[in-house]
Amino acid sequence: MKKKLIQAIAEMQETEAVQLAQAMLDSNEDPQVVLDACREAMTIVGSRYEEGDYFLPHLIVAGDMLQEIGEMVKPKLAAERESEEPLGEIVIGTVAGDVHDIGKDIVAFMLEVNGFEVHDLGVDVSAEKFVEKIKEVQPDVLALSGFLTLAFDSMKETVQAITANGLRDNLKIMIGGAPMDESVTTYIGADNYGRDATAAVRMAKDWIGGN
Amino acid sequence: MSKSPEELYQERVKRILDTVALKEPDRVPIFGPYELFPYTYANVVFKDAMADYALARKACHKFLDDFEPDADFGPILAYPSKPMETLGIKWFKWAGNGLGDHVMYQYVEGEYMKDDEYDQFTYDPSHFMTTKWLPRSFKALEGLEGFPPTRLMMWFGWTGLLPALTNDELWQALENARKSGKELGEWFGSIGQYAGEIKAKGFPQAFAAFSWPPFDIIGDTLRGTRGIMGDIIRRPEKLLKALESTTQMTIEYGAGAAGADLPLCWIWMHKGSAGFMSDEQYAKFYWPPLREAIESLVDLVVIPVVYCEGDDTPRLKYFAEVPPGKVIFHFATMDMAKAKEVLGDVACISGNIPNRLMLTGTPDEVKDYCKMLIDTCGRGGGYIMDTSALLDEAKTENVRAMFDFTREYGVY
Repeated sequence: MKKKLIQAIAEMQETEAVQLAQAMLDSNEDPQVVLDACREAMTIVGSRYEEGDYFLPHLIVAGDMLQEIGEMVKPKLAAERESEEPLGEIVIGTVAGDVHDIGKDIVAFMLEVNGFEVHDLGVDVSAEKFVEKIKEVQPDVLALSGFLTLAFDSMKETVQAITANGLRDNLKIMIGGAPMDESVTTYIGADNYGRDATAAVRMAKDWIGGN
Repeated sequence: MSKSPEELYQERVKRILDTVALKEPDRVPIFGPYELFPYTYANVVFKDAMADYALARKACHKFLDDFEPDADFGPILAYPSKPMETLGIKWFKWAGNGLGDHVMYQYVEGEYMKDDEYDQFTYDPSHFMTTKWLPRSFKALEGLEGFPPTRLMMWFGWTGLLPALTNDELWQALENARKSGKELGEWFGSIGQYAGEIKAKGFPQAFAAFSWPPFDIIGDTLRGTRGIMGDIIRRPEKLLKALESTTQMTIEYGAGAAGADLPLCWIWMHKGSAGFMSDEQYAKFYWPPLREAIESLVDLVVIPVVYCEGDDTPRLKYFAEVPPGKVIFHFATMDMAKAKEVLGDVACISGNIPNRLMLTGTPDEVKDYCKMLIDTCGRGGGYIMDTSALLDEAKTENVRAMFDFTREYGVY
């Protein structure tokens, strides 16, 4: 059944996937097995996306399946079980003044699928909020998203606030969004930029390790 | 002898029409479709420009006088805050209303049509818009929810349905609509006044209509990105059926451009760019309805300005299918040499100066980029100078460099 579930999720058979997960839980299958199947399926979805076989529609449907099955499994989990140690911690958000979330959400999703623990602060996030969260979770990577040119200065201010708080040294900062490139990276004082979610995953892995 | 405004007007219109027709004009035309920049340049706070229409006109005049684009957008993108406040619009944030005082508006996506409402929408789009979309979009129009379906009023149907019009909430909503309608009238009066004023100075208006691709009408404002992308996999047949309706809407939105001196209908392209969907999905859901709408608009003697806001390099092969010499394709992210190669004999192309360059670059870098564009895309005509996206934050000297260099180097 586990194999079938992996296949159903990876092939976008939503109804079948949910039914299979339910059947597994009903037959007293270890809920962890269901979750493992989801994780394995998402790895397949992720790599198909990276290879250009899957696109936004697939990521969205896969994400919804994952959430739905996750909700079904939750009450069956006796206690909050320690899942696998994450590859690293990442704080992500769209910077102050910008309320665009689609690109940021895709990046957060792909990072999660690839084994990172992601703290998503949402959109229009002030420099102070980023600083606060960085102090709290001490992430390895900060991912700043912005769709508009007004985001440049918000990003710059965010990086300055991080430096002023003495948090810059052990932190890698990536930026992403339509207008970002190398010159913007320099302008802002970030470490690198990514064209898409695949690039974000690659950067995070390069920085933190994990193949 | 200097030319009269009338002569300059005709010259500018001809420059653009020749370029669209793939004939060599006297020089590369320059568009001025700017958002925030003219207001920043004129030291006008955007929030104020959205409330004070005379102030918005004044800012745009200053920009026009100092930069002289070949076609001008004017204050149309400074949406009027007063009627939007009256209506309690839910999917929009603007300067002073959810955003800072001097920033461009931003759209807040949501699901304004539920996944199980496709049939209702496709069957009677107007009734759906009246009773579902308007109440969900505008706080002040929530009372329209109970508006009866006029399609059922024939024969003696009206006897059962007209009593619904006695509902007080419905009348309150109509009263609110009347109030905002009057306020919008003032704004449109200002837009018309500006168009007249710049014509008298010798400048044509850069737009005669705005429209949206059939796919994005559903994706942007009805289902949202998440919704429509899932629908491609979950309910492809319903989506295709709804696209038949929205194809007609794309045409209707744009048809008003017919008869204008510059009959340009800007079609804002969003969710068909690279990364959003596969080639196969594009060929099934995005392109055929859009192509049909483009062809119909061309038949109506409208010039579609297909404004690609993402990376549309993989879509070039489809764009090459449009009627030759009748369409403008604007590109944000694009291999422009490839675009010229594929579309050179088919359509005029425009845009591509990176907006980030206008903000973080130097005048020399801007000039180099403009030179590359003119050298690559300008051969024999068919190219209009423009930035990648509507210009917000930018250094004045960079905008100056773009205009001055193009006027000098872009002469044929």
